[in-house]
Amino acid sequence: MSVALSIKQLSKTYDNGFEALKGIDLEVKEGDFFALLGPNGAGKSTTIGVICSLVTKSGGKVSIFGHDIDTDFAAAKKELGIVPQEFNFSQFEQVRTIVVNQAGYYGLKKSLAEERADKYLKQLGLWEKRHTPARMLSGGMKRRLMIARALVHEPHLLILDEPTAGVDIELRRSMWEFLQDINAKGTTIILTTHYLEEAESLCRNIAIIDKGNIVENTSIKALLKTLNKEVFVLDTREALTAAPEVEGYQLKLVEEHSLEIEIEKGGSLNEVFESLTRSGVHVVSMRNKANRLEELFVSLVNGSADKTEKAEVKA
Amino acid sequence: MSPQEQWIALTTIIRKEIHRFMRIWVQTLVPPVITMALYFVIFGTLIGSRIGEMGGFNYMSFVVPGLIMMSVITNSYSNVVSSFYSAKFQHNIEELLVSPTPNYIILLGFICGGVARGLMVGLIVTVVSLLFTKLHIQHLGITVAIVLMTSILFSLMGFVNAVYANSFDDISIIPTFVLTPLTYLGGVFYSISLLPEFWQGVSQLNPVLYMVNAFRYGVLGVSDINISFAFAGVAVFIVALTVYCLHLLKTGKRLRA
Repeated sequence: MSVALSIKQLSKTYDNGFEALKGIDLEVKEGDFFALLGPNGAGKSTTIGVICSLVTKSGGKVSIFGHDIDTDFAAAKKELGIVPQEFNFSQFEQVRTIVVNQAGYYGLKKSLAEERADKYLKQLGLWEKRHTPARMLSGGMKRRLMIARALVHEPHLLILDEPTAGVDIELRRSMWEFLQDINAKGTTIILTTHYLEEAESLCRNIAIIDKGNIVENTSIKALLKTLNKEVFVLDTREALTAAPEVEGYQLKLVEEHSLEIEIEKGGSLNEVFESLTRSGVHVVSMRNKANRLEELFVSLVNGSADKTEKAEVKA
Repeated sequence: MSPQEQWIALTTIIRKEIHRFMRIWVQTLVPPVITMALYFVIFGTLIGSRIGEMGGFNYMSFVVPGLIMMSVITNSYSNVVSSFYSAKFQHNIEELLVSPTPNYIILLGFICGGVARGLMVGLIVTVVSLLFTKLHIQHLGITVAIVLMTSILFSLMGFVNAVYANSFDDISIIPTFVLTPLTYLGGVFYSISLLPEFWQGVSQLNPVLYMVNAFRYGVLGVSDINISFAFAGVAVFIVALTVYCLHLLKTGKRLRA
């Protein structure tokens, strides 16, 4: 399996002296569905900006399917489709024109460009709006328009920078299905998102970036295995005034019908339910308190912050 | 990109540019025609009849080539500066910057858009001028060549302005405070032979004077300046500005972070 994206010692220092990337290395395999996560200002958008040449790098190498973005930029760009965070199309042009023109910039003949534009506008539910000026679209439609535009030259690597930001749940789910479908057909996808549930549901591998450094780069499965505890919320039929005692477990009363319990890796919920039943408490429903990936993300980013602080103290 | 792909990219940009100014024709094509028609009525017919001859021609015949050239200059410049800056402002210039389209194709596409609008407005103004006077073009080749070169030159200048502009104010400062005075003082309305010697010398520092006079020479066969020098000067400016625009695109000045 070839490498879709290779980043070596990538660094970027802006004119104001801000060091956005501090020599990161990253490799994404062909066919992967890859998540690039990080808090605001961590360097995600700078990384994507360098890959698609909207940001000039200070150092390092980037290649897309083996094509160096400096020496073989045309071939590299043909392999890449980009869906940016902000809307970046002309608000006055019609939906179909935007997509057809983008195909033209990649050298596609008009007949093929129109055929592809129609195909993706239909797949993304924009066919009825094809003659509508872009400014008249809803936020969700604008996001889908940017996906159609990014796919019109049929790139092998698609990068989406927070594609579902501000999109309602139903539409988000349909976009997930669409992305899973094109990934299954062979398109490598890199996704940045603030919805960690999105990364957990869609992606196989993940890199977490913080303060210009990659602080974790592994598979989602391997990352989740490192979690040694989970917090569950139990909804009870009975109204409670205090948390019941369960030997070996710490329960916390959140509301009169709601308990929180932390389960260590290897712990058994059966013991908890049996004990609660003996105490006359019946659990009617149960859920994870927080997204598991979110907990890991917070701990990794906080860990990175602690390291930085310690280094600064030593210095 | 193969030459064929580059051609497709170029025609896409040109088509988009022409479609842009045709879509807003009330803003782009009508106002210059109305303005020029008013010039013809006021300076040509009403005041011109009292001025008498200039350069051996009645004033209307003298002023028409200058006014056509003025409309070509302002419209070539305005088209590129407003289109490219709007693309920067709305970030849709990124559509081109992330694509494999080479920089020279991007530049050529925008310049062709500026030239197309400049020539279209120039042609409409010429047709309108025929309602007021007769035009017997003396040197067709010179007329076409200088109008084409002038529209290319001012399209390039509009491109530089758009790259450096940070606001919509910035794209109106140069046309208002530089372009308009240079055009009005560039021999559109008068022959510099009417000026005292000192001001004739000063006028010869104005590049617009050479373009207006070269065009007037093409149409009427008279000029205040050396035509060869005018062509050479415009050609040098075109080459220098093209190199500079390509440098701006390559370095990503105000376009890439």
